[in-house]
Amino acid sequence: MNIEAVKAIYRAEMRRTRNTLLQSVAAPVISTALYFVVFGSAIGSRIESVDNVAYGAFIVPGLMMLSLLTQSISNASFGIFFPKFTGTIYEVMSAPISFFEILIGYVGAAATKSFILGVLILITATFFVDLRIAHPFWMIGFFLLTCVSFSLFGFIIGLWADNFEKLQLIPSLIITPLVFLGGSFYSVDMLPEFWQKISLLNPVLYLISGFRWSFFEVSDVSVGVSLSMILLFLFACMVIVWAMFKTGYKLKP
Amino acid sequence: MTESTPIISIKGLTKTYDNGHQALKGVDLDIREGEILALLGPNGAGKTTLISTICGLVSPSSGSVTVAGYDIIKDFRKTRELIGLVPQELTLGAFEKVGNTVAFSRGLFGKSPNNKFLEELLNELTLGDKKDSMVQQLSGGMKRRVLIAKALSHEPRILFLDEPTAGVDVELRKDMWNIVERLRQSGVTIILTTHYIEEAEEIADRVGVISGGELLELEEKTALMEKLGKKQLVVELKNSIDAIPAQLSDYGLELSANGTKVTYTFDARKERTGMTALLSDLSQAGLSIKDLNTAQSSLEDIFVDIVKADA
Repeated sequence: MNIEAVKAIYRAEMRRTRNTLLQSVAAPVISTALYFVVFGSAIGSRIESVDNVAYGAFIVPGLMMLSLLTQSISNASFGIFFPKFTGTIYEVMSAPISFFEILIGYVGAAATKSFILGVLILITATFFVDLRIAHPFWMIGFFLLTCVSFSLFGFIIGLWADNFEKLQLIPSLIITPLVFLGGSFYSVDMLPEFWQKISLLNPVLYLISGFRWSFFEVSDVSVGVSLSMILLFLFACMVIVWAMFKTGYKLKP
Repeated sequence: MTESTPIISIKGLTKTYDNGHQALKGVDLDIREGEILALLGPNGAGKTTLISTICGLVSPSSGSVTVAGYDIIKDFRKTRELIGLVPQELTLGAFEKVGNTVAFSRGLFGKSPNNKFLEELLNELTLGDKKDSMVQQLSGGMKRRVLIAKALSHEPRILFLDEPTAGVDVELRKDMWNIVERLRQSGVTIILTTHYIEEAEEIADRVGVISGGELLELEEKTALMEKLGKKQLVVELKNSIDAIPAQLSDYGLELSANGTKVTYTFDARKERTGMTALLSDLSQAGLSIKDLNTAQSSLEDIFVDIVKADA
């Protein structure tokens, strides 16, 4: 195991975050604060509660997920896309380092950033609403799993994308709609029956539902199903990344 | 002469890219420890593909490569640790400091941090005062130095320089050859690709000529020049002549300097150079000789000859 290499990649990636602190940390925190103002205070004051949870608090897990998903993907995809774009990837590819170590370095750094971001959003939320966390261990578990699996997913997108447009394509066209329609701001019960069924096809719903359960013990689907879904997603991403490295996909002619 | 075990051994290496382009067509090459090997060839000859394959950037289609006895695929950790690569393009991350990017390279190749070593390295490459500069603010020559520093950051035993002097100023070129010389003295094996023949002529021990994905020649530099070199015999005449006498037409002589110089070009590869016969024929034709001079063709001429013959 080339520990030094993992450390080198991890440090370089974290340094990149520090250099772009405004963009990678301040921007998501500010936009989350805006969501609290608009949805939590302005609209929330007209909605009494959802499943006996104050609306302002109800949306916290969804908002966290919204940021975690989009930021994990954008951090990790950019982290590997940029060296590919500039050509500096040659160094990593010619180093005595295995695919698994490359993965730990890049995905580990992206997941760390997302985790820090999530904590910041959680702290921000406490300024606006009263929060209680019923199952802190489950909450941290979901939190970590989401950071890791979606950073991994972002890594795949970064490997796959060969231009900036493709890099933005999946996050903006697929992930954002899935998060918005996955019950970030509402309980699926509030939808007409037909749309409830459609919603069950949305993988992000399971994630938000499980995460929300760890806060308030209310959920759209059972927590076991949620956990299975995210583990399945993590596993699928691992298999894809493994296959990509095995075949040298877009990295090694 | 006893051959020591080669540090790099390439056997039957081929590479066909997905688009069907066959970049390497069965290359066999043994590189000796501690030598400077220049790979000469025109653009698209397969030089970079060959280097990239050894470094692990390109998967070979067939054949094998060992570095210090280890297979480059099975034992990639061991082989890559030994190798430093300076790529052809100025590929550097834009938003990084010089010191950081060099330290990054060292870590990537599995070496624990050593600030003292890296500082000396930067000083030697006259980058000492650029440690905290952002890479994108450097000039092209400085970026090239950073790439060299990165390649040397993990103290490799083998250094690949892919077109090291493309677009490089005279000073850096001189510096670079000083570094190469010092590295050679410390026992580092150096493989460089170039299409500047003077470069190969100046610093290499052996020269390999690559064209169309094949290694056409591999010789000691001096042997190659001797073996393939054309020589010219310039005969200065006492009295000028208007034309080459008819009985000398078989020699293909050229007349210059107002009819006072006769140049005879011959192939040093041939056993009979025809010099003796020419000289006696000259005197038989009634020409008296003032001076004689022979000159050897440069690697450049040799190179053009080989590649032409192959085409």
